Amino acid sequence: MIKIVKRDQPSRAIFFLTPVLAIFLTLVAGGLIFYILGFKPFEALKFFFIVPIADKYGFSELLLKATPLCLIAIGLSFCFKSNNWNIGAEGQLTFGAIVSGGVALLFYEQEGFYILPIVILAGAIGGMLYASIPAILKTYFNTNEILVSLMLVYVSKLILDYLVVGPWSNPEGFNFPETRQFSDSAKLPLLFEGLRIHAGIFLALAAVVISWFVFYKTYLGFQMKVSGFSLKTAKYAGYKGKKMIILVFLISGACAGLAGVGEITGPIGQLHREISPDYGFTAIIVAFLGRLHPVGIIFASLVVAITYLGAETAQIFMQIPKYTGQVFQGMILFFLLASDYLLFFKFKFIGSKK
Amino acid sequence: MIIDINFIGLIIASIMASAVPLILASCGELITERSGVLNLGVEGMMIIGAISGFALMTVTGSLIIAIFGAMLAGVLISTIFAFLTQTLITNHVATGLALTIFGIGISAMIGKNFVGIPGKEFPVLFEGLKNTIPLLGPILFGHSIVFYFAFALPFITSYFLKKTKIGLIVRAVGDSPESASNQGINVRLVRYACILYGGAMSGLAGAYLSMIYTPQWIENMTGGRGWIALALVVFSTWNPIKILIGAMIFGGLTIIQFHMQAIGVRIPVQFLTALPYIVTIIVLVVISRDSRKIRLSTPSSLGKSFHKDN
Repeated sequence: MIKIVKRDQPSRAIFFLTPVLAIFLTLVAGGLIFYILGFKPFEALKFFFIVPIADKYGFSELLLKATPLCLIAIGLSFCFKSNNWNIGAEGQLTFGAIVSGGVALLFYEQEGFYILPIVILAGAIGGMLYASIPAILKTYFNTNEILVSLMLVYVSKLILDYLVVGPWSNPEGFNFPETRQFSDSAKLPLLFEGLRIHAGIFLALAAVVISWFVFYKTYLGFQMKVSGFSLKTAKYAGYKGKKMIILVFLISGACAGLAGVGEITGPIGQLHREISPDYGFTAIIVAFLGRLHPVGIIFASLVVAITYLGAETAQIFMQIPKYTGQVFQGMILFFLLASDYLLFFKFKFIGSKK
Repeated sequence: MIIDINFIGLIIASIMASAVPLILASCGELITERSGVLNLGVEGMMIIGAISGFALMTVTGSLIIAIFGAMLAGVLISTIFAFLTQTLITNHVATGLALTIFGIGISAMIGKNFVGIPGKEFPVLFEGLKNTIPLLGPILFGHSIVFYFAFALPFITSYFLKKTKIGLIVRAVGDSPESASNQGINVRLVRYACILYGGAMSGLAGAYLSMIYTPQWIENMTGGRGWIALALVVFSTWNPIKILIGAMIFGGLTIIQFHMQAIGVRIPVQFLTALPYIVTIIVLVVISRDSRKIRLSTPSSLGKSFHKDN
C-alpha cells in the first residue's frame, strides 16, 4: 500500500531536482501531443529540441534568445522572492526599448564611444519608470500589482505602435511601421563574425552575479527572503516594507528595460512593432523553473530558449505550428508546480500484512 | 440636427453587446473567488472557449453543440487548474499564469486550420419587436440567447450567493475554510465545483466572442478581456450587481472608441484603443484606495491554499 505523508520539512535535494523532472514530463507530454497531431513523436522532439542547436549558428541563436529571458527572470526573481507579483515585464521591456530607441534615434548618423552607454542607461531608466507605476500604486494606493502591471503591457505596446507608425517612423521608409536604423555606435557589438550573438549577454551575466551577491550576501537579500516567507514577520522585524516593494520593482524594471535595449540595439537595430516574442511573459516561467536562484535561472533560460528555436525549426521542417512553443512553456510550468508536491509530501510504501 | 432616437438605442445595445463577455467571465470568476480561489487563467480559459466554440460550429454545424462544447472546454481546461491548486496545493497565481500561457498556445495551435473561415449567423430573439418601441426597442429586442442570459446572470448570481444554501456554503468556504471544514463541509469539493463553474462561464464568454460578437476566429482574439474581467471582480468588490455597472462602463469605452474614430476625432487610434486598459488602472486605484473597505469585502481566504491534514 502507498500512503502520502507530509514531510517534516521541504526536501532540499528535491527542490533542485523537480525542475529536471518537470522538463522530462514536458517532453513526454509533448511527444504525446505530437503523436495526437499525427507526427512521429521522437522525430518531432528531435526537430524541436536537438536539431536547432546542433551547429555553431544554432548555439549562438540559443544564447541570443536566452539572454533577454535570463536578464528579465533575474529581475523578476527579486520581485517574486519578496512576494511581489510583477507580471508586466513585457511592458517594462517595451517601454525600456522605446526610451532607449528614442535616445538612439537622437544620435542618428552620429558616432562616438559615449553613445552606447547612454542608450543602455536610457533603457534601464525607461524600464524602471514603467515598473514604478505598479509599485507606487501598490504601496500608496493599495492597488493590485498583478492587474496594473499587466494592463500596462497592452498600453506600452500601443505607445510603441503609435510611435513607429507616426512621429518616429522612417521618413524614407515607404510608410513601413518602423524607425530608421540606429547608427553603429548605438548598437551592441557582435561577439563573433557571422553570428548574431552580441555583447548583451554580458549584461545578463552581470545581472546573475550581482543578484547572487544581493540575495545571499546582503541585508536586503535577507529582508526580501523574510518578507517573501511571511509579511507579518517582516513587519514585526520592522522592515521598511514600502521602500522594499518599490526597490524590487525598480530592479526588475531595469532588467526588463535592459533586455529591451539588448533586442533593439542587438539583432533588430531599430524600433518596430514586434520587438519581443513575449520574452517578458516567458521569463516568468524561467524564473520559476530556475527556482528564483541566479544559477538555476541561467540553466532555465537556456532550456526555455530552446522552445523558441524548436518552434521555428519544427514549423519549417515539419509544418508544426509555431505556437507549440507556448504550449511547451505552459506545460513546463504546470509540471513544475505539480512536482512541487514532492517537496512537501512523500509517498511511503507500507507492506501489507497478511 | 435631428438625432434619431433609435440610433441612440442602437448605440446602447452595442455597448451592452460588448459588455456580454465581460459579464459572463466576471460572474464566473466571482463565484470562484468567493470560494477562496484566485484563478488568473480567465484569459486562457476564454480563448480556449473561443476556439472550441468556433471549431465545433464549423465542424458539426450545430450551434448548440458549439456553445455547450465551448463551456465544456472551459470546464476541462479549468480542471487542470483545479487539480493543481486543490489536490496538489500549488500557488494560485503561478498556476493561473501557466493556464493563460498554455491556453493561448493551444488555441492558436488548434485554430491554425480555422483562420479565415467565415462564421455562421447566430439566431436572435424578438427581431420583429425591435421597431415597435422607440429607443427601448433596439435595446430590449433582437439579441442572441447568450446576450439575455448574460444580463440575467448577475441577478441570478446575487440570488444564489445570498439566498440559497449552496451559496452560503460557497461563501463560508471562501471566508473561513477551517470552520467550514469543521462543520463537515468538503472544502476541496466546493472549490473544485466553483473553479469548474468559472471555467464554464469563461468558455461561454469566449464562444460569444468567436460565434456571435465577431463571428470568426482570430488568434488572440480575446485581447485582454479576460484580464479586464478579473479587474471587474475587484471593481465590483465581489458584488455581482456591480459587475453589470463595470461591464457597461468598459463596453461603453470600447464602443465610443469606434464611434470617435468613425466621426474622425483627431486622437491617435492607439490612444483610444489603450483607453479601456488605462481606465481599468484608474478604476482599480480609486476602488482599492480605501484599504479597509477592500479588506472587508474580499473573501478572507482568497488565493490561500487550504490543506486538511489527514
